[in-house]
Amino acid sequence: MSRRIRVAAFVPALVVLFALLLWGFAGMPDFGHYRGPYGFVLERIATPERHVTNVVNATTYDYRGFDTMGEEFILFAAVTGVVLLLRGSSGSRRRADDDVRSDSIRLGGAVAPALVILVGLWLVAFGFVTPGGGFQGGVAVAAGALMLFVAVGYRAWSTLGDERLLDPIEGLGAGGYAIVGLAALVSGVPFLTNLFGPGVVGTVRSGGSAALLNWAAAIEVAAANVILTTEFVEQYIAPMVRRRG
Amino acid sequence: MTVLATLVPLQYGLFGLVALGAPAVVLSRDPLRMTVVNGLYGLVLVLLFVLLGAPDVALSMLVVTTVAYPVVLLVAIARSRSSKEEMDEA
Repeated sequence: MSRRIRVAAFVPALVVLFALLLWGFAGMPDFGHYRGPYGFVLERIATPERHVTNVVNATTYDYRGFDTMGEEFILFAAVTGVVLLLRGSSGSRRRADDDVRSDSIRLGGAVAPALVILVGLWLVAFGFVTPGGGFQGGVAVAAGALMLFVAVGYRAWSTLGDERLLDPIEGLGAGGYAIVGLAALVSGVPFLTNLFGPGVVGTVRSGGSAALLNWAAAIEVAAANVILTTEFVEQYIAPMVRRRG
Repeated sequence: MTVLATLVPLQYGLFGLVALGAPAVVLSRDPLRMTVVNGLYGLVLVLLFVLLGAPDVALSMLVVTTVAYPVVLLVAIARSRSSKEEMDEA
């Protein structure tokens, strides 16, 4: 495509998009003026009713727990698709030796992943008390694992990213969510009903079985992210490292 | 209410940084530098989310923007560079 045609296509598109954006922004509520009723309702009832101080997490895993299960399976299906596409013949995984050689980076590599994983677990555990929860904590745990690859080396990462270990863990996370829901059905109450009572406000024991759903989501999200990156690294980076090594 | 009032100038400042940050990402020509600038831009967004009262979103964004996304970009950059080297050798 010549430059003139590209400009001729780009400028009208830019004008239309900009006009649409302006139109959209002009119709938005004023800054800080939230209009929906549900936020106000939940803000009032979540803590007395469900003994949970983080209303966002109460919405995600309790009031809208069923939606979150759907989202979990979307992630599960997406990761399964990536694995089906990228994972080569199993068992032929050779371990390349590209350990990081700088002492200071290795030291950081020993400390930082542990620290980030700890923060991630803390975010999950206190998801019903302070901001955080299964998704954020799970991603943080996966990021901590990822730092192992960056700061220690491919070998350490590839031991951790072993599919024989991770695939069942991911399945446990996704399936565990459904199992908590089914446990309620078996007990004779509707799907995903809280079976353990609301717990104690402001402690890790708040949230009841929604706390289990929170942990299931954390396991699913952490494992899914590590699997995704492993497949990505195996497919694109490991062959490069091997060629050089 | 007074605490919220003191946050408003900070919010304006951060909105300003966001407005500067986005073009800075687009205008970095070197992909490697762009990755770093994008990470910093993401951090500014994280601070903005915190000040706008959305710490949950900020926590997700923090991890995604500073660790997960840069790693994906770095892998892509490394991959494209190595295939370019191969083409040069051939």
